[in-house]
Amino acid sequence: MDNLKNENPESIGNVILESGFEVKSVYRREDVLIGYPEIDEEEPGKYPFTRGIHPLMYRKQPFTIRQYAGFASPEETNKRFKFLIRNGQNGLNVAFDLPTQCGLDSDDPRSLGEVGRVGMSVDTLEDFEIAFNGIDLDKITVSLTINGAALVIMAMYFAMAEKRGYDLSKLRGTSQNDILKEFIGRGTWIFPVDSSVKLVVDTIEYCARNIPKYSPVSVCGYHIRESGANPVQEMAYAFCIAKAYSDETIKRGLGIDEFASRLSYNFDIYGNFFEQIAKFRGGRRLWAKIMREQYGALNDRSCWMRMIAGGGGAGLTKEQPENNIVRTAYYALISALSGTQTMALCTYDEAFTIPTEKAAEIALRTMQILTHEMGICDTVDPLGGSYYIETLTNRFENEIQKEMKKVDGWGGIVNAIATGKIQEAISQQAYIKETAIQNGKIKKVGVNCFKKTEEKRTVEFHPYNNDAANKQINKLRSLKSKRDQAPVNATLERLRQDAKNNENLMPAAIEAVKAYASVGEIIEVLKDVYGEYQEPIFF
Amino acid sequence: MLKNSDYNLYFEILFYLMKVLLAKPGLDGHDVGVKVLAHALKNSGVDVVYTGLRKSIENIVQQAVDENADLIGLSILSGTHRILCERISHVMTERNLNIQWIVGGNIPTEDVESLEKLGALKAFPTGTNIETVIRFIQSL
Repeated sequence: MDNLKNENPESIGNVILESGFEVKSVYRREDVLIGYPEIDEEEPGKYPFTRGIHPLMYRKQPFTIRQYAGFASPEETNKRFKFLIRNGQNGLNVAFDLPTQCGLDSDDPRSLGEVGRVGMSVDTLEDFEIAFNGIDLDKITVSLTINGAALVIMAMYFAMAEKRGYDLSKLRGTSQNDILKEFIGRGTWIFPVDSSVKLVVDTIEYCARNIPKYSPVSVCGYHIRESGANPVQEMAYAFCIAKAYSDETIKRGLGIDEFASRLSYNFDIYGNFFEQIAKFRGGRRLWAKIMREQYGALNDRSCWMRMIAGGGGAGLTKEQPENNIVRTAYYALISALSGTQTMALCTYDEAFTIPTEKAAEIALRTMQILTHEMGICDTVDPLGGSYYIETLTNRFENEIQKEMKKVDGWGGIVNAIATGKIQEAISQQAYIKETAIQNGKIKKVGVNCFKKTEEKRTVEFHPYNNDAANKQINKLRSLKSKRDQAPVNATLERLRQDAKNNENLMPAAIEAVKAYASVGEIIEVLKDVYGEYQEPIFF
Repeated sequence: MLKNSDYNLYFEILFYLMKVLLAKPGLDGHDVGVKVLAHALKNSGVDVVYTGLRKSIENIVQQAVDENADLIGLSILSGTHRILCERISHVMTERNLNIQWIVGGNIPTEDVESLEKLGALKAFPTGTNIETVIRFIQSL
């Protein structure tokens, strides 16, 4: 015991976080003050919002629970939506199949085997009408996980809501619609980088002017991190992307306060517990400062880093999959301690299959246990004032800023993506990380330590429904033969002209979907005008 | 005495690099794994070409022919492995080609055998050690 007393606590071992920060064994008040003397002035709901964007946070209203769901036909998806809502979910997060995400119709030869596989298949407005049948869009906010084909899918959502009598000026909801990150990871790009950004900006401009409560873009650090980026890069690249969309939107004549409050974020959670929490707190402070100091945002809401967080697919393992239930519970805790607005968890079986109903239910219950049993909603920012968390928070604010300067040095994020600079940096990092997992430097329970000698798979597969795919194809063919072709041709032609004339394409896209033009038909017109993205190869 | 041309031949045999075409067929956008493998193979002295995302099986086979690849590696994580492997098997027969191919990705263990029956030299489910794949390729 005497020996312990004499040990200098700063000198034991060396701990380096994934972001490259060294961790001391003990933190004290002076560590916090050196980095951020204003610490005692920080209040939740007050600029720069380090402690949360609202003064009362979950005390007033817990985070929204919005599990990612969607598979097979719109009919099947509608059933799963209703199951989730019945079980206490208050938001929907729609998964689309790959043909829809890549802008292909179900009957396209390139869609073979993919129709309805990883999400719901959508060909025309009819599918949206079926998928949301009986769901009250005033009570349930809907998030659309769509990027490359976002213009079309958003047009369908708006057209469907309008047809059902909702007032678009009050309609809420979110689209992922962050194409720049698709070039870094996830890969559902369609058009070249510049044209892709133009389409995103069209949606931001259109929503700001017509559907002001709708969040047209959710900028995704998530997939950037899933592709191998460290937590600092995740935040830095996401902020650079949000700035790029903002700069382009301002060029359309909108003021920052006319649209910035509707931008939101989607971030990743896995890895070191404290590092992730500090990442969000430091990021939130930095984003507020960027908006106010660089963009002159006067409205506090424009300075809010609103987010969905909880998922962390890259942290989950195929080995001993039940362990993922425990991991996702920790991720949920991180998310809540970080002041998230919306939470979605990966299900424990996601490494194998799209979630079974059972797995979806466990994820839902995980969040409900956290909300209702753990006292997580009782007080705001419970970790605020922790010497460690606050020191790391400061560190993140500074390091994210430095990483963003690096991107400026590469000619800005759009250029860095178009030339593959970012992709190259991230694939290098992915390789280093994978090597570290394989040689045991990064520990993964069940993968490189505490392994089972013989593993029997216990996960049940969600079956691929070939009949549903065939039905979807038949439904599309039947609709195409029944619909009035003249308005389809006319609206597609208007879309082509608007694209050539560099107009905002949202109005033409809404007209086309109302005429029941299909996703593939609309995207083909735009491919004619814009061409397709040619992927630079890096590994 | 060896002639110059003999030396060339000798060096070609001694330093012959195996050429592998890594490919992403179908619409699946998960490319972290395939890029990590490409990087690791390159480091271990294999000549690697990576196709990028969303290539048709026909395109992949054609590229393998054009590049004179010794082996094709398909990476599939969306669950379409059966359909795409049937397709490559069909295209190889149709074109009367004999390029060896392997497949990796989100493949349930019970599907491994059927993919190998379709003609995959080997099917590697996710979670396979990179070293295992590299050793397998080097053993060819």
